Amino acid sequence: MRYYTEEHEWIDVEDDIATVGITDYAQGQLGDIVFVELPEVGALIEQGKDAAVVESVKAASDVYAPITGEVTETNAALEEDPALVNSAPEDAGWFFKMTISDPGELDKLMDEDGYKAFVDGL
Amino acid sequence: MRYLPLTDNDRQAMLAKISAATIDDLFVDVPEVARLDGPIHGLPMHASEMAVERHMKALAAKNLVAGEVPFFLGAGAYRHHVPASVDTIIQRGEFLTAYTPYQPEIAQGTLQMLFEFQTQVARLYGCAVANASLYDGSTACWEAVAMATRVTKRKRAVLSGALHPHYAQVVKTMAHFTGDTIADALPAITAEPDLAGLMARIDEDTACVVVQYPDILGRISDLAPVAEAAHAKGALLVVVNTEPVALGAIKSPGEMGADIVVGEGQSLGVGLQFGGPYLGLFAVRDPKHVRQMPGRLCGETVDAEGKRGFVLTLSTREQHIRREKATSNICTNSGLCALAFTVHMTLLGERGLRELAAENHRLACLAADRLAKVPGVEVLNNAFFNEFTLMLGGKPAREIVRDLADRGVLGGVSLGRLYPGVEALEHALLVAVTETTTEEDIERLATELEEAVK
Repeated sequence: MRYYTEEHEWIDVEDDIATVGITDYAQGQLGDIVFVELPEVGALIEQGKDAAVVESVKAASDVYAPITGEVTETNAALEEDPALVNSAPEDAGWFFKMTISDPGELDKLMDEDGYKAFVDGL
Repeated sequence: MRYLPLTDNDRQAMLAKISAATIDDLFVDVPEVARLDGPIHGLPMHASEMAVERHMKALAAKNLVAGEVPFFLGAGAYRHHVPASVDTIIQRGEFLTAYTPYQPEIAQGTLQMLFEFQTQVARLYGCAVANASLYDGSTACWEAVAMATRVTKRKRAVLSGALHPHYAQVVKTMAHFTGDTIADALPAITAEPDLAGLMARIDEDTACVVVQYPDILGRISDLAPVAEAAHAKGALLVVVNTEPVALGAIKSPGEMGADIVVGEGQSLGVGLQFGGPYLGLFAVRDPKHVRQMPGRLCGETVDAEGKRGFVLTLSTREQHIRREKATSNICTNSGLCALAFTVHMTLLGERGLRELAAENHRLACLAADRLAKVPGVEVLNNAFFNEFTLMLGGKPAREIVRDLADRGVLGGVSLGRLYPGVEALEHALLVAVTETTTEEDIERLATELEEAVK
């Protein structure tokens, strides 16, 4: 199941691990991405708080944790090739994987249709 | 057209907008005793321009001027010869009047200068990358601590007791507002710095350990063991240098494993200038830390036709983009001083810098040998570059410095001045010797010191 935030992160939930990245809309707004600063494995991150930084040729933006949990893995491929976020934002350009401390937090997020409607309204 | 910008009505309208009755209401935060409530006592209301000039000249004549008397002051600011060509070049209109000219289309000259500046600083410090300068040595020192807290995600910095106390104070002032913990110490009056004691203070919460090299007492030691001890605890080693000419003679901090190297650049191209403006230098050994660096960075690239050119790069770290999350919010980078540094370094070349360093050290050795022969005077250091510590018998060093000044010699900086009220340090005197010192100056200091310590 995939959820979305109003800050343009997506989160894929599979069993008790979630994968997080930024949406195609977000990468389009940022332009060419040149660097991604990922959290450390083992870091505890909190819903709505800073988790990563994505830097494009024109801006540097914070990526917020869509839910609370512990970072279990980060996407090493982004170090070598940050442009993956542009070419495959919702697939190979994922940022990090994390545990899910409170599944209830997911209820506050949007589903695909909800996010589409949200973006259309922007 | 009116040349007075505001009328009384304008002022009243602005005051009304912020609900203030009078201009004085804007100064209520200044304690009453510190406010001026009338004319300054003893200052006449009017005098002619000639009379003011005459008065000011008489006041200035009371100063003992660095260039006119035997001069041995250092402690972070050094009197070196600045070739006249440095001033001539930096005053060219293209450099002097062009403020923040960073548009690559029209500012290749300035950008190339910054790139060369960065290259010189990086090579001097033994580092991979240097930035395009900061405000001064002490603020660069704070920036290094702040960067270490970002890199390590820890909030405690350990300062060596032999770090310049003014640098330590700047760090503590800034940390007061960021909430970082700063563990500082007083210097121990010993021939060798207490590196074992310093290493013992590094723990698992330490973001960085900050060491000065040569240190505040002029001592020089191999910092590789400190680098190893810091790295073993996951901390960074920050090395501070206040005399860049020394690095023409001694091993660079980067070679000894320092992660961040910062310092004062005043010695090269910039005069004493009553304490400022000076020039902050900042470099990192490992290129992986470049995105956490503060300040501007100039990079080399190629244009659409494949020709070499220069641009500012990695600007997303900076405050015009990252605002409060920028890697630094100290804005000025003393750009003209950076230009003077680079022009002086370029005129010297690598061989010139080594020769300048050798001459500084030769004269400092002469001075140390001569002063050690003065009864009641001992040289503390085992090793030094162009500045060393004397231990004086008799009166506190601060009084002896005043006595020497009365005899027309600026004899050094007393530790009593740097650490007021610390009795254990009050008999120590820092003596700096540069290529501007003559053998006659040294003899004169020795003779006058002999009288002063009696």
